[in-house]
Amino acid sequence: MSDRRLSRRALLGAAATVPAAAGLHSLVSGSGLGADSALADPRSNGGGHSGHDDFAHASFAGRTVDHRANGFHPTELLRDFDYGTTRRLASGRLLREWTIVAQDKEIEVAPGVKYEAWTYNGRVPGPTLRASEGERLRIRFVNSSEHPHTMHFHGIHPALMDGMPGIGERQGAGQIEPGKSFSYEFDAEPFGLHLYHCHVAPLAAHIARGLYGAFIVDPKRGRPEADEMVIVMNGFDTNFDLSNEVYAANTVGFHYVNEPIKVRRDELVRIYLVNVLEYDPLNSFHIHANFFQHYPTGTSLEPSEYTDTIVQGQGQRSILELKFPFDGDYMFHAHVSEFAELGWTGFFRVGDPSLLSGAAATAAYCKLPWGGNGGRA
Amino acid sequence: MEATAHAERASGGLPAWALGLIPLALIAAVVSVFALLGGPGLDDRTGPPVEELSVEQTVLHPGTIELTLRNDGPDPVEVAQVAVNDAFAPFSASGGREIGRLGSTTLRVSYPWIEGEAYEVRVLTSSGGTVDAEIPVATETPAADLDFYGLMALLGIYVGVIPVGLGMLWLPFVRRVGAGWIVALMAFTVGLLAFLAIDAGLEGLEIAADAPAAFGGATLVFTGALVAYLLLAAVDVHLRRRSDAAGSSSGLYLALLVALGIGLHNLGEGLAIGSAYATGALALGAFLVVGFAIHNTTEGLAIVAPLRGGGGVSARPGLGLLLGLGVLAGAPAVLGAWIGAAAFDPSLAALLFGVGVGAIARVIVQIAPSMRDRDGRFLHPVSVAGMIAGIAALYVTGLLVAV
Repeated sequence: MSDRRLSRRALLGAAATVPAAAGLHSLVSGSGLGADSALADPRSNGGGHSGHDDFAHASFAGRTVDHRANGFHPTELLRDFDYGTTRRLASGRLLREWTIVAQDKEIEVAPGVKYEAWTYNGRVPGPTLRASEGERLRIRFVNSSEHPHTMHFHGIHPALMDGMPGIGERQGAGQIEPGKSFSYEFDAEPFGLHLYHCHVAPLAAHIARGLYGAFIVDPKRGRPEADEMVIVMNGFDTNFDLSNEVYAANTVGFHYVNEPIKVRRDELVRIYLVNVLEYDPLNSFHIHANFFQHYPTGTSLEPSEYTDTIVQGQGQRSILELKFPFDGDYMFHAHVSEFAELGWTGFFRVGDPSLLSGAAATAAYCKLPWGGNGGRA
Repeated sequence: MEATAHAERASGGLPAWALGLIPLALIAAVVSVFALLGGPGLDDRTGPPVEELSVEQTVLHPGTIELTLRNDGPDPVEVAQVAVNDAFAPFSASGGREIGRLGSTTLRVSYPWIEGEAYEVRVLTSSGGTVDAEIPVATETPAADLDFYGLMALLGIYVGVIPVGLGMLWLPFVRRVGAGWIVALMAFTVGLLAFLAIDAGLEGLEIAADAPAAFGGATLVFTGALVAYLLLAAVDVHLRRRSDAAGSSSGLYLALLVALGIGLHNLGEGLAIGSAYATGALALGAFLVVGFAIHNTTEGLAIVAPLRGGGGVSARPGLGLLLGLGVLAGAPAVLGAWIGAAAFDPSLAALLFGVGVGAIARVIVQIAPSMRDRDGRFLHPVSVAGMIAGIAALYVTGLLVAV
């Protein structure tokens, strides 16, 4: 009790910061006068904290985001690998080409929350560029944004191709001004999971706005057959206070709660996991009821660890391989619980959901009480 | 007559009321044309929309947190999501999610809050802006039933009516002491009232800081003070004109004014106590009630001080009259507690605190002449000592309340 300090001044301060009405609202809802009929319809989730209705876990209120307006869909970009176009060079080597356009675009990162993003090809994350070790790569970058940008690839290449402002400006490289373009050309090496992002200052702001994507270089021998997917862990500082309001896997918070990622039982699943989160030094990935083989940066064909949780700093990435031995819904999320409850949470759905007891559990677990479609794929 | 005729001639013979109306009609016409043309020459705006929301009420029930938000910015605001302590939570909005200018809505957020913990409720708007509401100590908001209003009434009586009544028991003492004491007592009352005025003014400004700026904020405190002062002055002139026929203004009249001023002050005090109790910020310990009681007892002394009588028309006010004075000064605490607990509104509270300040200021002006010494000076050793004693009395007893 001694820590409950009370002074006349503090008392009035408290009254001012948390002015309360004892009864005003309870009178309204009690008499059914609330304009929103849902108000008078408090449902019970039949479990968890007694007396604490409707909060099984963190979730958004209301509808999902408008994927059509966004121009991309997190479920689709999960397995969307962009191999570009190829042709043989005189030397016999394969040349792989892409055109990437930087565009300013408003996207919805949580239901009802709009964000003025800067994008590669109108989507966040940008396209997952995929090549094989040793190929020649040419990426034509067109800046249609109102701001200067670059494409800075992680990999091994000459300075001129590094997408760094101030380097190679005379040759047309370096910072690419609005309306200008440049072709980055280099060899695909080393094999592994990499990333690309804008490197124009202020760096954190340019990356946080959405200018990033995964860059996969497959080993010459390839990897074992698997159900492959890309998860880019990101976040959005919607009020520009240098901390994120919404966290996500592939941009839209809680998307894979509303639409669990469907996988088959006993099939090898390979996750290309990239952390591009700004303003928070660490991000993490945790899978429920399972373990995965961890290939840091994907530069070795031998896993380094068998685990269920990994931590990544900014720009770190890993390839994860696992099989689901049981049908059901399995959560995955940042084990930084704060991020998980601010959007970075999803589910894998193994097998036919109609046959699962787990599906019902998910429906109860992910219920969005007022108009949400949680738990329904 | 001649001047009027001259004026009419100069303006083409129009009557005065028409001259008064013509500018109004012209203003209306210009505004209409301007609005119809969509503000010619003006861009929509130079920047993104300005979003300003203020949290007017926070109500806690098991499993839910209710926030009443008011939009006091120039543009409509749409509430998109709500996070409690860094976790998004489902909610519904009884007034809709889109809040127009000066409009309000109540969000009902589902969240398993725990008694005694602190929470930060973050409202995320459609543009990604945020508005934070602090809940320093979570506790269930009392239901507004008869028991609750009874408790608030009891609280108001404890801290308002009873202490003032007890303080008035000094009346026999005031009557018995020598005539020289009257000046000291009146100075004591002035000092005490001055302290209350400063206290109420600061409290009002503090509350106004959290009130929606669109409704005036701190301006409300000053407006309330000015209006209350002017109204009391007008009432005073009116009463004086009537009492001039009966005789000079009496001690009872001064006592009535003091009681009124203190009553308006106690209204604000009750408001603060009631809202603090409703939010759980106030533990109703016996110590606190005793502190308030001792503190407010001095107010009773201030009321009876003028009853010493100088030009004595009313020799001895009856018991009923004394009770009436006590109720006038103390009972508003009950009313304040009810308002504060049931429908606390920072703008209203700021205005009421301002009213208290203005009323007290007027009462001080009213009492001041009785502090004069034989040479007609206000400031002399006895009056200065009395005022300091009054200030000191409230300051020291105020410490009892600051636990």
